[in-house]
Amino acid sequence: MTGTKAGPMLEIDRVAKRYGDTVAVAEVSFNIEKGEFIALMGPSGCGKTTTLRMIAGLDTPSEGELRLWGRRINEDAPWERDAPLVWQNYALFPFLSVVKNVEFGLKQRGLPAAERRKKAMEWMERLGIAGFAERSVDQLSGGQRQRVALARALALEPDMLLLDEPLSALDPHLRVRMQSELVRLHRELGITFVCVTHSHSEAFAMADRVVIMSEGRVQQIGAPRAIYRRAANRFVAEFVGGNNLFAGKASRASSGSLRIDGPFGSALAPLPPDPAIGEGASVTLVVAADRIDIAATRTGTGNEIEARVVTMEVVGSSATVFLETAGGAELSVQRSLHQIEDTPLNPGQAVIARWSQDEGYFLPA
Amino acid sequence: MNAGLLRRGALLIWTALVFAFIFAPIVSTIVFSFNADRFPSLPWGGFSLQWYEAIFADASVQRGLINSLIVAGATSVLATFLGFAAAYVDYRYRFFGKMAYTALVAMPPTVPVVILGVAMLTFEGRVGLSGTLTGVTVGHVVLAAPFAMALIRMRLADLDPGIERAAWNLGATPWATMTGVVMPFCLPAILASVFLTAAVSFDEFMIAWFVSGVNETLPVRVLAMLQGQVSPRINAIGAIVFIVSMTLVVVAQILIGRRLGRRSKEA
Repeated sequence: MTGTKAGPMLEIDRVAKRYGDTVAVAEVSFNIEKGEFIALMGPSGCGKTTTLRMIAGLDTPSEGELRLWGRRINEDAPWERDAPLVWQNYALFPFLSVVKNVEFGLKQRGLPAAERRKKAMEWMERLGIAGFAERSVDQLSGGQRQRVALARALALEPDMLLLDEPLSALDPHLRVRMQSELVRLHRELGITFVCVTHSHSEAFAMADRVVIMSEGRVQQIGAPRAIYRRAANRFVAEFVGGNNLFAGKASRASSGSLRIDGPFGSALAPLPPDPAIGEGASVTLVVAADRIDIAATRTGTGNEIEARVVTMEVVGSSATVFLETAGGAELSVQRSLHQIEDTPLNPGQAVIARWSQDEGYFLPA
Repeated sequence: MNAGLLRRGALLIWTALVFAFIFAPIVSTIVFSFNADRFPSLPWGGFSLQWYEAIFADASVQRGLINSLIVAGATSVLATFLGFAAAYVDYRYRFFGKMAYTALVAMPPTVPVVILGVAMLTFEGRVGLSGTLTGVTVGHVVLAAPFAMALIRMRLADLDPGIERAAWNLGATPWATMTGVVMPFCLPAILASVFLTAAVSFDEFMIAWFVSGVNETLPVRVLAMLQGQVSPRINAIGAIVFIVSMTLVVVAQILIGRRLGRRSKEA
């Protein structure tokens, strides 16, 4: 690799991928910075895996350009790229022992046998699978195979590691452990991780930045918190979960805020710069479920909605309360148990849902 | 319970009878090949190796055996190579007319060998191959390659279709992937195919009879001897052919079976 390593590591510039009449990726542009943990997230068929495969060189873009440190790599063969992939099904070589699997990439680079054995053992040590070196991969559990797949990719000491749904084939308890282990590995190695996942909890827990995709397009890019704080559109607001979306008609309230009236009742929120959102427009008000407070009586401050309790789900020390307004709108409220311990919340109970005006934000309907 | 026992007994006897029926001719061939008498009749005239000595002294039989071994050796290598290539194409690519392609590759053994033999004779006569060992080999490759393909295809069906991409992703060129991933994985099937196609060729009579001309293979020689005279030497040749063919087939079976055994252990 020549040239300066300034600017983004990988630029994905208006890339599209079509198979015949099927559009897998309509148009995607974003940059990947050196050393970041970036997650591509979206429902199945959103084009996230195709995007990853194009980065690996296993698919060639129909349009657009991929640039690594400014150099076009569209036509580079997969074996010429330095972006090993941890496959969803691990894709280990079934006829090779664990250590031979880990050595495979090093062997392709022509490393002498002793040296590649040493390197492979180091990585296996690091991932806690050194004890299985001579075993056949068929004799390993799912979690162990995952580690072999990771060791096999990392033994190449790449600048960028690609992960395709790395946790989806694991048991739930292993998933959480592997998740924090991936984060730790990323921090220790300082290389770029590009991870595809359909789970927003995985993406938000691991990644520095998340690219949310739908129907072959990028819907929003940002840090997990920023996306959670403010979704760019209805798709994102619904996909990331934990949000209440209220539909209604907008009307002028004051210079800085807008009023919305709908089946849920009425509320105020800051006036956004978007010209599509103004007086008389159909709009959506988004309020995160954990920003809403629940009380027995009105206080006369902020937005207050009268509703009835439908049901309540408790997970650990937090509860999600599902409410319904007289107009038939549903809303969910997330509170910690101690925040609501004094509020009676039996089904049918009348309560007030309250949030301050600047907690909500408007999106076009 | 008594009825159950009776049924089991009857079944055992029936099975034994079926096996006896199948193996009696072979066993009698082997038994009489060691008979000192000229005619295959009981009681035995005593143990003797004279018929084996006779055939090993017979230059035409020797020639036939050597021809058969050459043809079987060449056939096994060529047919296995072609079978592997055909199976790999089937595994690796999706294309228009794939069904027709697979059917066409699998067809030769379904064509009556007489027809295949005549066709080979006509065709090879035109291209100047008839009467040569090359000609016989070509015929046998046509007949044996589908068996090789079937064996290797079965093995490839167990290989994750993404495995080649995984190898490329780790820096292996397509050639390194072929020699370092696909071929090692198929090795048991490739070896089994070498033995099986050798057996097919070693046994094959009809095509060899049409095509071989003066370069007789062993089965052709045997028939020629039978037509001239009934000699116990036939029994000796039969015993040898049986042992060679069975060895090849059994080795092939062991190679296939070992992998099946390993797979069932995994499950």
